[in-house]
Amino acid sequence: MSRSSSLIYDRHIRSIVFQVLLVLGLILGAWWLGNNTVINLADQGKTLGFNFLSQTSGFQISSTLGTWVMEYNVGASTYLDVYFIGIINTFLVAILGIIAATFLGFTMGIMRLSQNLVIKGFATVYVEVLRNVPLLLQLFFWYFAVLRSLPNRRGQIEIYEGAAGINITGLYLPAPIAQSGAGVLGLAFILFVGIAIWLGRWAKKRQYETGQIFPAFWVGLGLIVFGTTLVYLVMGQPIDWSFPVFKDTGPALRRGFQIGDGMVIVPEFIAVWLALSLYTAAFIAEIVRAGILAIAKGQTEASYSLGLRPGITLRLVIIPQALRVIIPPLTSQYLNLTKNSSLAVAIAYPELVSIFAGTALNQVGKEIEMISMMMAVYLTFSLLTAAFMNWFNARVKLVER
Amino acid sequence: MKKLSLIVAGVAALTAASAVQAGTLEDVRAKGFIQCGVSQGLPGFSNPDDEGNWTGIDVDLCRAVAAAVFGDASAVKYTPLSAKQRFTALSSGEIDILSRNTTWTMTRDTQLGLNFAGVNYYDGQGMMVPTALGVNAATELDGANICTNTGTTTELNITDFFRANGMSFNLVAFEKADEVVAAYDAGRCDVYTTDRSGLAAQRTKLTNPDDHKVLPEIISKEPLGPVVRQGDDQWFNVVRWSLNAMINAEEMGITSDNINKLTYNDKTPAEARFIGTEGKFGQELGLADDWAYQIISQVGNYAESYDRNVGPNTPLKLDRGVNALWSQGGILYAAPIR
Repeated sequence: MSRSSSLIYDRHIRSIVFQVLLVLGLILGAWWLGNNTVINLADQGKTLGFNFLSQTSGFQISSTLGTWVMEYNVGASTYLDVYFIGIINTFLVAILGIIAATFLGFTMGIMRLSQNLVIKGFATVYVEVLRNVPLLLQLFFWYFAVLRSLPNRRGQIEIYEGAAGINITGLYLPAPIAQSGAGVLGLAFILFVGIAIWLGRWAKKRQYETGQIFPAFWVGLGLIVFGTTLVYLVMGQPIDWSFPVFKDTGPALRRGFQIGDGMVIVPEFIAVWLALSLYTAAFIAEIVRAGILAIAKGQTEASYSLGLRPGITLRLVIIPQALRVIIPPLTSQYLNLTKNSSLAVAIAYPELVSIFAGTALNQVGKEIEMISMMMAVYLTFSLLTAAFMNWFNARVKLVER
Repeated sequence: MKKLSLIVAGVAALTAASAVQAGTLEDVRAKGFIQCGVSQGLPGFSNPDDEGNWTGIDVDLCRAVAAAVFGDASAVKYTPLSAKQRFTALSSGEIDILSRNTTWTMTRDTQLGLNFAGVNYYDGQGMMVPTALGVNAATELDGANICTNTGTTTELNITDFFRANGMSFNLVAFEKADEVVAAYDAGRCDVYTTDRSGLAAQRTKLTNPDDHKVLPEIISKEPLGPVVRQGDDQWFNVVRWSLNAMINAEEMGITSDNINKLTYNDKTPAEARFIGTEGKFGQELGLADDWAYQIISQVGNYAESYDRNVGPNTPLKLDRGVNALWSQGGILYAAPIR
């Protein structure tokens, strides 16, 4: 046997050779892709670069939180502003969707385990219908259901006279306008929230040590509400309110809510938020049900025999244990919801995919740069969500003593 | 070492093959059909019937190119694209021609790495409102909610128009035209704005088309035409001259009905050049010499395509207007084949 053939049969050397080959292949592949991109772009007379971000954008965007925060102004705002508006609107619907889906999902999951046949049946039907119909269809359903069920633009359903109303163009609410001193109010609010959180921890610690119960939730809530109100009054009411204006006289086009007065929540947002929350809640319900069923029945029986009522048993004994099973799959549902929010482009909600990778991309044509920027946003948000949930998971997981 | 050398050779071959981008004409010939980017359903321009056959003047353009390249107008496959997806689909090579009521603008021509091969419909942006609104002119639309598509010039034009007139408005932009129509029909918006040809087409989808009217203002120039990738002049020429052949045929009075009679001796020199019995015009394009003959005999001239798809006898009921030949009061004018 020659030396070279013995090398081939040496497992150690062989594995090194294959690993080197794999790395070389990856590098070659990446180089090939990059090189092709540059050549193809050059063929089409295009270059890579991010200069377009400082160009002004020439299109109007439906008024949403993003346009309000960025103070969007056609002709003055840039594509970078458009990017941020997209991010804000995407995050808004993702965060509110996650909150609503979690509450609804937990409720439905617990309802599915109810002894009451009606409650159980309702939850079962809910879960089976909503998780088995494609999300895009649900999005259209909710959008057109919302549109068709609301009065037209000349009419309104008055929620509170002169302050809140809804019609097909959206839900109109008073808008806060910060005056000087509003910053102090914000700081005071944060301070009170901090105190309330500290109070909660202190109460829990005291309960563990002495067994005495302190109504920390209600005291904390009261502190936040009354404290903030007090500061608001002391500071001389530093927030002005812009109230929606509804006109039912004049030419047909001018009737209805007036643009620029109050705050509007557009029906596109309501539909996207509803669809995402309801759809994801169906999955979360199943995760919660599985998590609860994973806890041995003995835990419930032990809790009852200690004299704890069913509600407290669920809240203090079952759910904390079930969370260990629930949180990992719950995280992926949160990530799904965030990514699914990109479907909103179908019904005109101005989120990232719609205005940045849609309208703006069509105008400046920087596919590679813009799609990369968009992917970076989803990736960052998903990684942050995952990191937060991992931290939370580490907190609630079984600590062995 | 055999495996290793095989891998190295494979990678080298792959790299070499991809570094040179083949011409679109050769690519198309090699695969045997043209991949044509069309709309997701705009009656008269590109619209599938209930059997999945596409019709429309944008579709006819792709069929004309297929007839010129293969002598078979049916050698086309269609990719329905939203306004938002269309340029990316063309840049990435997913389609060979974008023939999807696309407006020729300077930005698109210079920044997007694309070339417009001509204009097959001169359009302008208009606005449709419910008659009950009592609006007679676009300048009365201050404070209106406006529905349109994302990724189109209409978004820019309507913004310009309202800014120029100092009016406020709210823009609701959907990805697909069907949702724009449905939302407008549901009363989400006071105004539906898009190209006037598009308004005529989409109006047929409304619950009560007669309750809506198109305002007289035309707020933009919208020359619609086929688009190809920049940097492939041969393919650009094929598409441009396929369109020119259809327009020239109308001007010369050549139709799909009478083109076969031209093979007799009484044809003029221009007609002989057109059908390829005189000169080598097809070869210069990289095609067969009877390329124009194939287009007209299988697809028809511009007037035939227009009348069949968008003309007064179709649901769209669009008059020729500026789309008439230059010799008949319009602005349609094609360079001569000679």
